Amino acid sequence: MEENEEAKQKRYKSKCEHKDEFLESLFVTYLPIKDNLIQMLNEIQEHYGYVPSDVQMKLSEFLKIPMAEIYGVVTFYSRFTLKPKGKYSISVCLGTACFVKGSQKIMDRLKERLKIEEGETTNDGKFSIEAQRCVGACGLAPVFTVNGKVYGKATVKMLDEVLDELEKE
Amino acid sequence: MNKDLITLTIDGQKVEVEKGTTILQAAKKVGIDIPTLCFLKEINEVGDCRMCIVEVEGRRGFATSCIQTVEEGMVVHTNSPAVLEARHVILDLIISNHSKDCLTCTRSGNCELQALSTKFNISNIEFEGQRLRHKIDDVSPSIVRDFNKCILCRRCVAACKNVQKVGAIDCINRGFESCISTAYDKSLNDVNCTNCGQCIQACPTGALHEKENINDVWPKLKDPDTYVIVQTAPAVRVALGEEFGMDIGTNVTGKMVTALKRLGFNKVFDTNTGADFTIMEEANEFIERFKSDDNLPMITSCSPGWVKYIEMNYPELLPHLSSCKSPHEMFGALLKTYYANKEGIDPKKIYVVSVMPCIAKKFERQRTEMQNDGMYDVDCVITTRELSRMIKQANIDFLTLEDTNFDSPMGEATGAAAIFGTTGGVMEAALRTAQDVLTGEDLKKIDFEQVRGEKGIKRATITIAGKELKVVAASGLANAQKIMEEIKSGKADYQFVEIMACPGGCIMGGGQPIKNSKIRSEVDVRKLRADSLYSIDEKSIIRKSHENPVLKKVYEDFLGKPGSETAHKLLHTKYYQREKYNI
Repeated sequence: MEENEEAKQKRYKSKCEHKDEFLESLFVTYLPIKDNLIQMLNEIQEHYGYVPSDVQMKLSEFLKIPMAEIYGVVTFYSRFTLKPKGKYSISVCLGTACFVKGSQKIMDRLKERLKIEEGETTNDGKFSIEAQRCVGACGLAPVFTVNGKVYGKATVKMLDEVLDELEKE
Repeated sequence: MNKDLITLTIDGQKVEVEKGTTILQAAKKVGIDIPTLCFLKEINEVGDCRMCIVEVEGRRGFATSCIQTVEEGMVVHTNSPAVLEARHVILDLIISNHSKDCLTCTRSGNCELQALSTKFNISNIEFEGQRLRHKIDDVSPSIVRDFNKCILCRRCVAACKNVQKVGAIDCINRGFESCISTAYDKSLNDVNCTNCGQCIQACPTGALHEKENINDVWPKLKDPDTYVIVQTAPAVRVALGEEFGMDIGTNVTGKMVTALKRLGFNKVFDTNTGADFTIMEEANEFIERFKSDDNLPMITSCSPGWVKYIEMNYPELLPHLSSCKSPHEMFGALLKTYYANKEGIDPKKIYVVSVMPCIAKKFERQRTEMQNDGMYDVDCVITTRELSRMIKQANIDFLTLEDTNFDSPMGEATGAAAIFGTTGGVMEAALRTAQDVLTGEDLKKIDFEQVRGEKGIKRATITIAGKELKVVAASGLANAQKIMEEIKSGKADYQFVEIMACPGGCIMGGGQPIKNSKIRSEVDVRKLRADSLYSIDEKSIIRKSHENPVLKKVYEDFLGKPGSETAHKLLHTKYYQREKYNI
């Protein structure tokens, strides 16, 4: 447990170190107009793996948008998260087609193996679980994705193999 | 035929209105009162709640009449069976996610949702589904949020974000989880809220209300060892009557004083006297700064919502802020020093209650700077609404009360102090004193019409003692922001700036009687209350603060002259940069 906490701190620290540099370049790239909010949030989410509160605060100053409004946008769109996603962000599609084809079983197995719930990240920061609503690959149902890479016609066995592989790293 | 006039039919009534008029407005002209809920004139016109739906012949679906503009030949039905049924379902759905505890709600009797429920004779709860439950946020000393009563109309968000340009609250989360809250769902106390209370004024239900303090006052009134002094702000006297069914803006000073005496306060004094002290100190401070061209423009500091706003948003401009405490704080400080000494009362036994049109005063009262010798200048702040509740609870029949006068010797005040309650009033009062001091004369031209009226920003150039003075009075924090940006960018050349946090000034403060959407659409509440204050000023024998006999005596016996060491210790304060978010 102690080790995990240490790893988490290290991960956070490495993020903090280049945080300002990234933000500075973002504030140069974009004009301080309201319309840029979503695009900037996209880049922030991509970079940090989530939208940190201090970044929301700085963004609020930069775009002259109240922080409550930014928080409202972040909590509205499921693509933005308030907590860091894991190194491997695993999404299981629970859309109609995948669900009918048994994707819930894959989700259940995933939660069982990683011992976390949907929307959570493992203590070592390696894995996080999301539920998705249709990735547009219904022909391959059921599907899950790892960092955007789609695994089609998925089975619990396939998930286990992918996880075994990733856990070795 | 006038091209800009449009003829339409609403419920069989022909009506001719200007182009751009909404169906809702047009209907009003022929005596049709379409129900609304999220609509708040000029503040929230978004067609969100769909309570105002109507049927337009030849169209699919219903139109939201609060935003749908009229068209030539339109035939509108506001009460067809289809409309009535749909409206009923909409209301049922809104009610399904409401806590429905009217008996214990502060807004019972003045709730727009309750009124609709009565109108539609809602006799059973149609939808008993899962409800979103929130904990109540009562951390702020000023505002309580109970989102179990929220109907997501967004009127408070519009008031906070668009009118005041603060944006402490917004719609967060998604779908069923949607609610109105702050960033990270924090308490209002931990975010950029200024405690202005305009959200409370906008709320149709009891989801937002003041932190009530009357239960702090009752025991003090019954305690023989406590000397309870009450003071009332200028704006209270022209609004309190409304809570007893009197016309908006009725001046009830005499009845109010009688009621306060009956409630058992040992002394009933007037915050206007405190306002006269504020003018003396502020005018003196201004003249000093004007002569030495130091930290100009000077900005007024009477409005605690405004003070918190500048501390959070423009800390670099804090040196421009007058160091004067607000009138009730100055007055409280004098009551616990000068008055206590004069009357031989132990100041520790004095309990000062301020009746204010403002809820930000509740926050201001507990600022650590607002004390002297370990005692707070003011011990409790209650609003106009809270006072009306106390009067009702004490079985006092307000309407039949005779008029009485404030107690002596701290009850005399000038006309200049009365107009403190409206935007431009502090400026006008200060100018009356400043021009006399600068010229050494007793000038007769004391009405400064340029800084009166409804506009949010009022600029004027005034010649005093041969010198041109550029002044501006702004009310509402969005307007304050405009002026601060002008000053920050160096574009402004004002010498004196008056800011009040609430649009229209204290008469429209967050602690004043709440007027529903319908009244706010049809009546200019601000004007009625402001006119009443100006009429008090006109009828006053003394209309300049420096001529107030009480003030002259206190300066002679105790304070010395304005800006003296004692005056600074008791009547002035300091400001600090404040973090916007504690997240």
